[in-house]
Amino acid sequence: MSELLQFLFSGVTVGAVYALVALGFTIIYNASDVVNFAQGEFVMLGGMITVFAHAAGAPLPLAALLACLGTAALGVAMNKLAIEPARGAPVVSLVIITIGASIFIRGAAQLVFDKQIHSFPAFSGDDPIRILQATILPQSLWVIAGAVAVFTGLWLFFTRTLLGRAVLATSNNRLAAQLVGINTPFVMTLSFALSAGIGALAGVLVTPITMTSYDVGLALALKGFAAAMLGGMGNPKGALVGGLVLGLLEGLTAGYISSQYKDAAAFLVILGVLFFLPQGLFGRKSTDRV
Amino acid sequence: MRLTTKTATLLALVALIALAPLFFPSAFYYRVGALIFVNGLAVTGIVILTGWAGQISLGHAGFAGIGAYACALAPVHLGLHPALAILLGAGVSAVLAWLVGRPILRLKGYYLGVASLGMGILISMVLNNERDLTRGPDGIDVPDLGLRAALKTAGLDLSNGEFWYALCGIVLVLGAWLALNLHDSPTGRALRALHGSEVAARTVGMDVPRLKLQAFVISAVYASVSGSLLALQNRFITPDVAGFMHSVEMVTMAVLGGVGSVAGAIFGAAVLTLLPQMLTVFAEYEQLVLGLVMVLVMIFLREGVVPSILRKLRGTGE
Amino acid sequence: MTLLSIEGLGITFGGIAAVKDVSFSVRPGEIVSVIGPNGAGKTTLFNMISGVYRPGSGRVVLNGEDVTAMSPHLLARRGMCRTFQNLQVFQSMTVLENTIAGYHLQESGPVLADLLHLPASRRRARAAEQGARELLRRVGLERAAEREAGSLSYGSLKRLEIARAMALQPRVLLLDEPAAGCNAVETEEIDHLIAEIAASGVAILLVEHDMKMVMRISNHIVVLDHGEKIAEGDPATVSRNPAVIAAYLGAEHAAG
Repeated sequence: MSELLQFLFSGVTVGAVYALVALGFTIIYNASDVVNFAQGEFVMLGGMITVFAHAAGAPLPLAALLACLGTAALGVAMNKLAIEPARGAPVVSLVIITIGASIFIRGAAQLVFDKQIHSFPAFSGDDPIRILQATILPQSLWVIAGAVAVFTGLWLFFTRTLLGRAVLATSNNRLAAQLVGINTPFVMTLSFALSAGIGALAGVLVTPITMTSYDVGLALALKGFAAAMLGGMGNPKGALVGGLVLGLLEGLTAGYISSQYKDAAAFLVILGVLFFLPQGLFGRKSTDRV
Repeated sequence: MRLTTKTATLLALVALIALAPLFFPSAFYYRVGALIFVNGLAVTGIVILTGWAGQISLGHAGFAGIGAYACALAPVHLGLHPALAILLGAGVSAVLAWLVGRPILRLKGYYLGVASLGMGILISMVLNNERDLTRGPDGIDVPDLGLRAALKTAGLDLSNGEFWYALCGIVLVLGAWLALNLHDSPTGRALRALHGSEVAARTVGMDVPRLKLQAFVISAVYASVSGSLLALQNRFITPDVAGFMHSVEMVTMAVLGGVGSVAGAIFGAAVLTLLPQMLTVFAEYEQLVLGLVMVLVMIFLREGVVPSILRKLRGTGE
Repeated sequence: MTLLSIEGLGITFGGIAAVKDVSFSVRPGEIVSVIGPNGAGKTTLFNMISGVYRPGSGRVVLNGEDVTAMSPHLLARRGMCRTFQNLQVFQSMTVLENTIAGYHLQESGPVLADLLHLPASRRRARAAEQGARELLRRVGLERAAEREAGSLSYGSLKRLEIARAMALQPRVLLLDEPAAGCNAVETEEIDHLIAEIAASGVAILLVEHDMKMVMRISNHIVVLDHGEKIAEGDPATVSRNPAVIAAYLGAEHAAG
């Protein structure tokens, strides 16, 4: 029982990170129909910038803020320089552009920072908290709280604010959104900033637990992509659920079966789900219009 | 006219392979050439799957992994000749592609992307983790093909580099010939048709799932043979051959050169194989340049380098 | 003798009946037109008959066989083919290749023969190409054969779609607005083409907006409004039917 609880705790922590990455995928996908494989690099940047800003003397909260803002600015730049010019390109070209951008960012990070593994102190110390018969790190609670806060914030933003609705309208029909006067380029800019900022936040939150280095982005991007697809691309609720499910699966597989095959369980489940629900758990069904 | 495209591609390919060694500054370039051919072969499979049938795979390196490890393991464990191991790998890849392809090819776009990605990752995970069999991430030795020795006794004495350059070149020409045959055949036409409009393809009687599956299986065999040749040539292989980055590399080579044409894709394979060789002096800039090239080509030469240039030459630019 | 019969076909989208209990039949050599105001459910009806949508109720019977919700490629084997309102040509293939694609059922064979360029594969492809060139002559596109389909004019694309459908030598041909977006000359060409196909014994089911064309070439007209059949009969009878007039006028009033 305590064992199960322990595995669940670690699963939820990892799942919360995946959910944050998946939410980032969702925001950009909704605004532009692009799956941004550089999403993992945003997470890496969040961690790395905080590490180096902190080392340079900035207090941790300021360093974290700088990391989120800096990464958001980079997200905007990426949209302007790489995504907007390729508007209308086929899916496979867009995949290559964003993977190219991610390789570029990784290459730049390796030059600007270094190839070492880094970390910074946890926000609320490293003393595990006992819950029932299991323990959880305070930093894990920060990660989980971060995911919940971001999801709630996004939900409020998309349903309660005019701007959020404009983003949703753009995702439903770009041309119609333009016709009713929505500034779609601004929506794109905003989406990339938001998505990159959320990615960076995930990096800030998780680095004290998992540590970071210039090359952690790819694995996170793949998991976040898988989580977003599992939930149904473009659906924030799907991203949250997909991320948590993926994290729990990994936690339980690592605990009960084999830690080497924890990724296998995740991808087997994804293949299984897509077999029965080709649009993911919460995805909209599309019909060919002829 | 389309016949000349096929003949021209094959003639140009044969001429390039035959004449390039005259300009090699050192014997090292035989090896680079052989690598280009091995990549070109895998990429030709991607042209059939993505360029013609319009289906994305982010997991084709998995099949290269199967081809590579078939050559490493079958001779030792099954006593198979390495040449037969290539066929065994191709057979296993084909069967696996057939089994996996049926469910996942119902998916579209990014959903197919993530499913094929999952498949590739599962294969690479098995290669990494089944240490008793594959020796894990450190890699495993691959037996000698034995053909070079046989040629030597027959009176043809080639250096190792020359031999692999010639063999991979011949296999690439063969692979290109098969693909070009397919392009203008009934099956190739049907593949390109379903890419254009799936619903119209169905109304003219095309069995779309079956056609997609055929393209998937054929491209898996190309990837598998490419993996086998890589393993036999290096006499050593690691699970990286099946990794996600290798899958991305295949797709990138194809799309960069021009995923709709065999010539373009092979050109893409050549550029992306040469690029790291030329950047070895600036090793730390390698990723930076690679990423930049990927983004820029996709933005400015959308159809890929070769088709874009051909279009400009023909004066039918947009 | 009835070749195609539609029996009580219906479908709902999100609780709303898009098509409800529609029945009629088509005989060989006959041109039956389905007309109705915008949004009457004509294209939806077509999508159900041609296997693109699965009907919620009713049956489609082709030559005595129940083919309800059968996949389009199996319907093609049984002699039913269609064209599309919003053009579904294979844009990046040549006009000739588009037409050859219509011969798929005849020309396709083992994929291995295609890969190896075996004589059998070449023979099949050559036969299909000959047939395709002949068809392109019939629809007046022989000179555009080697052009990329995407570069053709709208009217030519419409004819190309008909040629591709004819390549299947169908017994039932479904034409979804074959003259939409065409000028008067192009409409007349298509008009002749359809009459000619029907004269060769093919049963034709037509959805069309161009009333003059419908009245001119149809043997029988089915009128839909709000997804329901409100009238059917020969052109003269239908054009005098008060319910039909009301539906059209009502629609125009609502739109105006």
